[in-house]
Amino acid sequence: MQVTLDHPPAPALPIRRVSLAWVGVLPFLLFAFIFLLFPSLTILTNSFRDRQGAFTLDNLSGIFTPSILQSYGVSIQISLVTAILGAGLGALLAWAITIGGLPRAIRGWVITFCSVAANFGGIPLAFAFITLLGRTGALTKFLRDGIGIDLYNNGFSIYTVAGLTLAYLYFQFPLMVLIMVPAFDGLRREWREAAANLGGSTLDFWRHVGIPILLPSFLGSTVLLFGNAFGAFATAEALTGSKVDVITRVISRQIRGDVLYNPGLSYALALGMIVILAISITLYVWLQRRTARWLR
Amino acid sequence: MAVKKLNPTTLFAWVILILCAAYLIVPLLTQFDYSLRMRRDVLSFDAYTSVLSTNPDDNGQGIPRFYTSLLFSTLMAFFTILVSILIIVPTAYWVNYRVPKFKPVMDFFTVLPFAIPGIVLTFGYLRTYSAQPFALTNTEVGTAVILIGGYTIGVMPYTYRAVDTGLRAIDVRTLTEAARSLGAGWGDIILRVILPNLRVAVLSASLLTFAIAIGEYTLANFLFPDERAFGSYMAAVGRNRIFEPAALTIISYALVWVCVLVIQRVARGTDQTQAASIR
Repeated sequence: MQVTLDHPPAPALPIRRVSLAWVGVLPFLLFAFIFLLFPSLTILTNSFRDRQGAFTLDNLSGIFTPSILQSYGVSIQISLVTAILGAGLGALLAWAITIGGLPRAIRGWVITFCSVAANFGGIPLAFAFITLLGRTGALTKFLRDGIGIDLYNNGFSIYTVAGLTLAYLYFQFPLMVLIMVPAFDGLRREWREAAANLGGSTLDFWRHVGIPILLPSFLGSTVLLFGNAFGAFATAEALTGSKVDVITRVISRQIRGDVLYNPGLSYALALGMIVILAISITLYVWLQRRTARWLR
Repeated sequence: MAVKKLNPTTLFAWVILILCAAYLIVPLLTQFDYSLRMRRDVLSFDAYTSVLSTNPDDNGQGIPRFYTSLLFSTLMAFFTILVSILIIVPTAYWVNYRVPKFKPVMDFFTVLPFAIPGIVLTFGYLRTYSAQPFALTNTEVGTAVILIGGYTIGVMPYTYRAVDTGLRAIDVRTLTEAARSLGAGWGDIILRVILPNLRVAVLSASLLTFAIAIGEYTLANFLFPDERAFGSYMAAVGRNRIFEPAALTIISYALVWVCVLVIQRVARGTDQTQAASIR
């Protein structure tokens, strides 16, 4: 720091107060460093190191092998599909319980159910879907004996990408409802009335006012759902296991140290997930900012 | 009274509602039905009694793992809640009161966990802290510290947001100045002035933390491979039993349900968008 003689140093007190004020956030920063930053930095730096510790790009190029690219691909596919379907369905339900004309009492119930479902992933969710749509599942039997559609003879199985997609949707669309309800609440009644007074139809309102205002929020939430599914592990592990090799399972095998264990590569795999998620989160934050302008 | 004609918009809303409700409820109903079918041809609670009184691997007479694993995960949840409150409340208060410039940094740290899913976090912890010089996983306490730290990070986006929203609703500055002019120290201010005003935020964040930590599988399973956490126990039951997993699903669903109901009861009218980043 440079202090010139022309400008006498500022009085000591304010400087000390400022620095003291920053001391207050040190415990948090230390905690975040230990449990968030430092492990992430370990992953980042080791992704570029070989076994001897020298710089290398081999770990990263290891990602570009067919089986690993396929795992990333499957994860991205499931995440995209469940994000888009979940966002669509969730937004429709959020619309239905806010301004869709449903009785007021239903809203509370739907939000409760959605809060539970959004936080109900993992092992029990897998159990529920096996009971529902497994080979001897309740719905499978009902469709076969009651309606005459034999899912399993038509190529469906719960232990596939399709099964995993159905299970992920169980927590995806309820999360969308929770995010979108405040957005629909933010659509002021006056705007609709103003549109109607100017002779606009409902369709006109949505095309020129409703959708443009809700779009950033909708897209941002869709991105959030993508990340939500991309990082999911427990549900996949319990439902499809090795039958669908999502990228989180590949990393889990590297943790357990299986036959194909390659320390350098496993860092690069984890880094790849972080990069994909970081991009989507940046997109999310950017879209959220655009939303914030209109809502409240 | 005239019969109200259902307009097409409302009809469409009903269709959406019924479709979504079916998606959420049918898997639970079939699971509940299945959980009652352990005894042949009769409905019974045998699967539940079995869960509560036996072990999935049938070895040992000791306390059923249902209780020990639930206790372990409850303990981990408890410490996570404690650490969360100790770290988040003073920091959020301080940022609001004295260093608002720090808000963007906090925003960054509270979305960052979304970029680091549970499995990557686990991997990072093991590679960083199980090796020398830290060797934290050599002791049970060390391993538990990592687990609690990871859970705290995982729920931080929600915890911080809940506390921050709570702080914005009160006049932090006036409360602080008033307390200080009456001679209160910082500890008093946080414990006896700020915290009581954040009851709702802290309680709902705690309950959500509990709901998540109870069923969490990824971190718990890799940090404690002896499957002592409730999530690992559920997975073990799933591998070894037929009807018991259904009973466990219903039990854990009921646990989450109770947490959510209490959150909604206490947090009436506040921001309650909520979901974990550890999955």
